Amino acid sequence: MTSTHSQGREGFGLYIHWPFCLSKCPYCDFNSHAARQIDQDRWRRALITELDHAAAEAGREDRLLTSIFFGGGTPSLMAPDTTAALIEHARSLFRCSNDLEITLEANPSAVDRDRFAAFRQAGVNRVSLGIQSLREDSLRFLERHHDRQEALTAIETAASLFPRYSFDLIYARPGQTVEEWRSELAEALTLAGDHLSLYQLTIEQGTRFFNDYAKGAFILPDDEQAVALYEVTQQMMTAAGRPAYEVSNHARPGEECRHNLTYWRGGDYLAVGPGAHGRLTLGDGAQRHTLALRRHRAPEIWLSQVEANGHATREKTILSAAERREELILMGLRLYDGLDPALFARLGGQSLDSALSASGLAMLRDEGLIATDGPLRVTPQGMLCLNSVIAALLP
Amino acid sequence: MADLRHIRNFAIIAHIDHGKSTLADRLIQLCGGLSDREMKDQVLDSMDIERERGITIKAQAVRLSYQAKDGVTYELNLMDTPGHVDFAYEVSRSLAACEGSLLVVDASQGVEAQTLANVYQAIEAAHEIVPVLNKVDLPAADVPRVKEQIEDVIGIDASEAVEISAKTGLGVPNVLEALVQRLPAPEGNIDGPLQAMLVDSWYDSYLGVIILIRVKHGRIKRGMKIRMMQTGAVHQVDKVGVFTPKMVETGELHAGQMGFLMAGIKTVADTQVGDTITDDAKPALQPLPGFKPSIPVVWCGLFPIDSSEYEHLRDSLAKLRLNDSSFDFAPENSAALGFGFRCGFLGLLHMEIIQERLDREFDLDLITTAPSVVYRMHMTNGDVKELHNPADFPDPVKIATIEEPWVKATIMVPDDYLGNILALCTERRGEQVELTYVGNRAMVVYRLPLNEIVFDFYDRLKSISKGYASFDYEVEGYTEGDLVKVSILVNAEPVDALAFMAHRSQAEYRGRQICERLKDLIPKHLFKIPIQAAIGGKVIARETIAAMRKDVTAKCYGGDISRKRKLLDKQKEGKKRMRQFGKVEIPQTAFIQALRMGEDK
Repeated sequence: MTSTHSQGREGFGLYIHWPFCLSKCPYCDFNSHAARQIDQDRWRRALITELDHAAAEAGREDRLLTSIFFGGGTPSLMAPDTTAALIEHARSLFRCSNDLEITLEANPSAVDRDRFAAFRQAGVNRVSLGIQSLREDSLRFLERHHDRQEALTAIETAASLFPRYSFDLIYARPGQTVEEWRSELAEALTLAGDHLSLYQLTIEQGTRFFNDYAKGAFILPDDEQAVALYEVTQQMMTAAGRPAYEVSNHARPGEECRHNLTYWRGGDYLAVGPGAHGRLTLGDGAQRHTLALRRHRAPEIWLSQVEANGHATREKTILSAAERREELILMGLRLYDGLDPALFARLGGQSLDSALSASGLAMLRDEGLIATDGPLRVTPQGMLCLNSVIAALLP
Repeated sequence: MADLRHIRNFAIIAHIDHGKSTLADRLIQLCGGLSDREMKDQVLDSMDIERERGITIKAQAVRLSYQAKDGVTYELNLMDTPGHVDFAYEVSRSLAACEGSLLVVDASQGVEAQTLANVYQAIEAAHEIVPVLNKVDLPAADVPRVKEQIEDVIGIDASEAVEISAKTGLGVPNVLEALVQRLPAPEGNIDGPLQAMLVDSWYDSYLGVIILIRVKHGRIKRGMKIRMMQTGAVHQVDKVGVFTPKMVETGELHAGQMGFLMAGIKTVADTQVGDTITDDAKPALQPLPGFKPSIPVVWCGLFPIDSSEYEHLRDSLAKLRLNDSSFDFAPENSAALGFGFRCGFLGLLHMEIIQERLDREFDLDLITTAPSVVYRMHMTNGDVKELHNPADFPDPVKIATIEEPWVKATIMVPDDYLGNILALCTERRGEQVELTYVGNRAMVVYRLPLNEIVFDFYDRLKSISKGYASFDYEVEGYTEGDLVKVSILVNAEPVDALAFMAHRSQAEYRGRQICERLKDLIPKHLFKIPIQAAIGGKVIARETIAAMRKDVTAKCYGGDISRKRKLLDKQKEGKKRMRQFGKVEIPQTAFIQALRMGEDK
């Protein structure tokens, strides 16, 4: 059953997950696994098999693919011909937009850097580098495999090879002062392209940092300090012409990561690879519904299931209308532009006003956390408390 | 054995931990009441709470058969009495059922305040008192000093005190002999009209209500129609017997004896402690003297944490009342806490026991509001109203005067801590009545407002005396005071469950304390929240909870929206444990913590 609803500016993406890393970083809670020996041929065949399955799930006729994203793990450890095969196969399955964005997450180590040219050859037109810090001590604290010099080299290489590049920095690190961060960010801006992702360090359950932190091995900046760091980040990035367009993402207007915009705007995306998530809106009229999909997380199980069944779907649930609207709000309000009411009505099947708590909205406006004019938009001050703002907005 | 000369009825008076239960166990063992196999510690305390806390809540009577040195076999009836002042009336009835008492004192610790109150009651009941010094085998035992203390403080001859170790059994046979030789036999007319005192009663889910009685005159037999002289209720006796401590039916009890009876009674509310039971066919002319209905003096609200448990709470309270008619409950509706009950208790321990039983026996999670005493309000129109709940406080302009209950408190404490204790009593508006020394122990008697005691007094007392002070009180009467209602406002909305009554001189301090606690207990919101304490419209203390600064998930990865939604669901789940108050959500635990008596910040 293929949907005939028209695809709008939310776009339609393909997410491919490569679950392997050289080693697991102590702060990372994504689906990543340290593995020494990987049978690249077997993995390529399996990813293509699941891509076929995902495409069939989505129905292809009227879909226009706007982005492909290789995430991980460390997808820069993928054999470039695997990347090429997947891109080529996706292009054969879907109509693609002229400016199809193909992003690959990459680490700055030599082993990754050496393949950059081949990735570009494969069709990747945007890289997102896991730099995390430009300071040696911080890189050691985060247990990254690269040092400062490798980070600089990687950025330089990416800048020379790819039309678009971005890198990640982790800030609000233990003991970090506003001045230290200001100088590190200023340096990053001299290296940056049109896009930067700046994440505050958070301690997630299931990571080694979670246990270290619980034992008091290090102390994080308190809320006041974290707020001060966030605010200086906003000032500098705005001044540098790359304001925040999402909680932690900054870009020159027009240079936002289109793939991530699809998540935030409630668009559909395909899930391929271990632990990959997908959203598919299917059916028409009263039959219209959104599927939430997740593939099996464990790489070995995923591989054997795909080989046996053509896919390794672990979860496939129909979102209730309320859940779907909740997701649209949860994701949409991460964007500084806010929630487009027309987009919400089209995807959520209900007007935005009727989906919100009137008393919550009034309170948030009183407190200056939601803008009083224009579309539903969280103010910069509100962005710092977004989780609570959203909880208050939902009925 | 219808010879009253061979009966002795006695109670045991002791402070907690001074060895009452152990001695009782030994006496039962020596008289062959239970085989070694059947013995367990604290045979008489059947409730879990009684065993754990080392207290007796319900009276029990055990018949022992003892062959004395004179060759005669005596019937010894041991009345195990409740040991706490909350149950002072029950204690007085238990004592009235006996002719004598064993006063058990720890030979290393000496007389404690609680013992004192009970021993005075025993003296009032005209008991012959046999002092028993326990734990004389311990190195810290100081027999001469404790004897002197008994003589000084209590004023009874301790020269012939029986020295024992209940734990090892040392000297315990001498206790039995002393009972026979020194206690008087009961008096009474076996052939007269029946007068039996209702000492206590309890509900057994298999047997129904079991009544503990002491027959003063006449006989009570199986099949007899009996009448409760206070309530007028008539029942037919199903079973009559004694505890050995096993339940043994005897078919009859006569004057001078004590034991149990069952008469198809469904609830203990029909069996009032102190009532006189007589023969419906041939009733006594007069009831026995000394009956008093029990009146709750401390009240608090009990609310289920999960509002769907309301019915369960109601049923549980009703069931507990089957067994304990001395507490009261009535439905209460609080804007903050929803539907619950206002409950009245004989005292603080009684309140704790009921709460604990609700938790344990009925698996109820409860929010308890601050305990409050019963105020007597004289209205300008001449009416007199009783106030059980600060939430019901009327418009102050309609009140002429307010009276509050005062108590006489007796505190015994080692010299070193006396200064702290005096300061505490003064801080709590106490008036010193008496201060005496025995050796290095001081005994102070104060008049104190009951309200000052229900508010964390006992815990403070214990902490400032390192646990050495012992304390007891009895309610004396009502005295006029400058009393005010303190409201607590969260974000300008009064929270009824947090309102309390206080003397004007204490209002600001208490108000500030609650505001400070709430500041730490209410999580930050998206806006700042003022917390105020106020008397009428006048704010007397204020704290502010700053607005939340940061609560955002930095990274949202790989389209995993489900995880974000789970976070939101968790937040929603957390909301369920909150009480919405205007715009503010207050965690239920905050009510419990803010109202918790006992610790300073």
